[in-house]
Amino acid sequence: MRKSLTKIFTVIITISFTLLTYAQKEKKEIKDESIDYCVSCHTENDILPNDYSNYDVHRISGLSCSGCHGGDKNSNDQDIAMSPAKGFVGVPNKKDIPQFCGKCHSNINIMRTYQPRIATDQVEQYYTSMHGKRLKAGDKNVAECTSCHTAHSILPASDPRSTTYALNVPNTCNKCHGNKELMDKYNLPSNQMSEYVKSVHGIDLLEKKDTGAPACNDCHGNHGAMPPGVTSISYVCGTCHVNNMNYFNASPMAEPFKELDYHGCEQCHGNHGIKKTSDDMVGVGKNSTCIDCHNEGDNGYIVAKTISSYLSSLNSKYSLAEKKLIEVRDKGMNDIEIGYLLQDAKQNLIESRTLVHTFDTVKVGSTIIKGIDITTKAISLADAQIDEYYTRRNGFAFATAVFLILAVGLFFKIKSLRK
Amino acid sequence: MMKKITSNLVSWLDERFDLTPIRNLLLHKKVPIHKHSLWYYLGGVTLFLFFIQLVTGILLLLYYKPGEDSAYESVRFIVTEVKFGWLIRNVHSWSANLLIFFAFLHMFSVFFTQSYKKPRELTWITGFVILALALAFGFSGYLLPWNELAFFATKVGTDIIGILPVVGEKLRVILRGGEDVTGATLSRFFGIHVAILPAIFTFFLVLHLLFIQRQGMHEPEHFKNLPEDKKKYIPFFPDFALRDALLWLIVFNVIIFLALYFPWELGNKADPFASAPSGIKPEWYFLFMFQTLKFLPAHILFIDGELLGVLAFGLAGLLWMLIPFIKLKEKPNWKIQPITIVGILVVSFIVVMTILGYLL
Repeated sequence: MRKSLTKIFTVIITISFTLLTYAQKEKKEIKDESIDYCVSCHTENDILPNDYSNYDVHRISGLSCSGCHGGDKNSNDQDIAMSPAKGFVGVPNKKDIPQFCGKCHSNINIMRTYQPRIATDQVEQYYTSMHGKRLKAGDKNVAECTSCHTAHSILPASDPRSTTYALNVPNTCNKCHGNKELMDKYNLPSNQMSEYVKSVHGIDLLEKKDTGAPACNDCHGNHGAMPPGVTSISYVCGTCHVNNMNYFNASPMAEPFKELDYHGCEQCHGNHGIKKTSDDMVGVGKNSTCIDCHNEGDNGYIVAKTISSYLSSLNSKYSLAEKKLIEVRDKGMNDIEIGYLLQDAKQNLIESRTLVHTFDTVKVGSTIIKGIDITTKAISLADAQIDEYYTRRNGFAFATAVFLILAVGLFFKIKSLRK
Repeated sequence: MMKKITSNLVSWLDERFDLTPIRNLLLHKKVPIHKHSLWYYLGGVTLFLFFIQLVTGILLLLYYKPGEDSAYESVRFIVTEVKFGWLIRNVHSWSANLLIFFAFLHMFSVFFTQSYKKPRELTWITGFVILALALAFGFSGYLLPWNELAFFATKVGTDIIGILPVVGEKLRVILRGGEDVTGATLSRFFGIHVAILPAIFTFFLVLHLLFIQRQGMHEPEHFKNLPEDKKKYIPFFPDFALRDALLWLIVFNVIIFLALYFPWELGNKADPFASAPSGIKPEWYFLFMFQTLKFLPAHILFIDGELLGVLAFGLAGLLWMLIPFIKLKEKPNWKIQPITIVGILVVSFIVVMTILGYLL
């Protein structure tokens, strides 16, 4: 028994020793391999690219300079490391950059190793864009991959430090599109950014930091960047504002808009400087967009006026109910049911504002009536609570009076007893 | 007519039960009148507030549903939907606070007039037990609406009990009905609040009142030393009782005023996964103890500071209860006697710590 135990013990010791030696050897080899001679020599000689950074996504994933530029990173001999025989290509020509990046990014087998869900058609899409078309034609002023992504500080778009992170996109595009001199050459405006920052989208994205708000690429596309055309603009807005798009496309306005070459949503709401909508936009007032086309007496004018009066009737009733709700709450009375009703009424108000895009007075009207019914109920509940509040106080005055009479009676009784 | 019916009823009862002791009590019980007579009313007011608690508590019981999913909702239902539910709940909460306030006043008035001395030692002890039970009522009732503040106050309160040596851990688990404050704690506190405490409380209250009836009102030294013809008395029935009633009327009106103009907030429903709201404090009557524990350093010598504090309060409570048996030597030359100095120090400590508790 003891003999076999000794044998087992010896075997374990031997195996452990062998493994330990092997592991140490492995570690040493890894250490040797980890020297990246591209980086070490370029750092030593201070000739790293201007935008070089250690957090670059390629570098973090273990891709050395040679991964893109070719050559041999394991050799510290410049002639070997940067020899064309080792595949060295140097700095790519601007025109070749899309294909240069596409070597890997268009290869599904390579990309799935790193980011299995990433698309591999960016280069293809790029050549459908205005940028891509012009680059192909030899225009070197247009954006290619590095213009937006940088060359050596590339980060995934989900990283807040990335030039393509939602909050940074407007500035990235504006580097070129805000350059008046450059844009003039193409007969393009350069004020999009200044318009955008004042828009409801821009305020949400840049001021409120709501990354769900649209940046340039959400409407214009990423790699296939194009200005949306007449037929497609409502689909662009409709990616988020689905109901508005559906209502508009099914409305009697859709056809005439097409005929007149009007740009769907943009016609009333604008493009880069879209302001927060208000009920004033509908109707025949001075802020109305309807009267841009409709004149007094025509059917559209009447419809606009009717819809506007519907909206304002629910709106004013709703604000009255809201005031009452606050009063009920301030008085410490029961506001639970009123709160729920007003939530429903608010929903009706939002729904009717969306239904405006049907330009149908019946549809808008029926939703408004529902909203008014709910609001009326809320107001009467609030009134009942406010009445109850004063009833309680009157009740207290009454109770105090009764108590007082009793107290006075008792007082005289006590006094008479003392006598 | 009415008088005839009453006298017939009384004689019917008298034949069967012999009402002489009650008749004697009604006819002969008297209350001394002197410059400290005002203090005689405090016990009565406390008793009246207890009756209010009893009545409003029973009314609340008709609608209250203990349980994690129903307690908060049922209290909300009481204050929003039930006719006069808001009034009953607010009167119950306000009267509970006033009860403890008047019980404290009553206790200190008895202490400073030294009414606890022989032969009233047991009256004092039962009174002390009643006050302790009233505090337990406050603590157990506070959790019942199952709102955020109640939840965390119970957590902190039971944690403090848990630091007691040997029994602390077990006591905490028993009180909580498990490791944490959960629905089980709520059921337990509900049972304690509406069944266990009322039973014990009633027992001690009856004893306390019996003792008082047996021994009559306490007469202070200066009154006792007066010649018989200079001593002024009024009969308890109806004179003193009517005065009591007058005060009760006023107190009741004040409670309704408070209930109407300063309603108790219901707050948010307790969420065991939420973090404690900032600046959480216990009810005012526990604040002086809570604040003292906060002032104590983490360690005093080798003992945990908080533990030492809790033990000190326990010991102080015990000594306070046994005051009738502790003889402090009287100093004939002193204007204020040592026992009075002790009382003043205790009151000042409670007042200062409570104020600090609110300010800090």
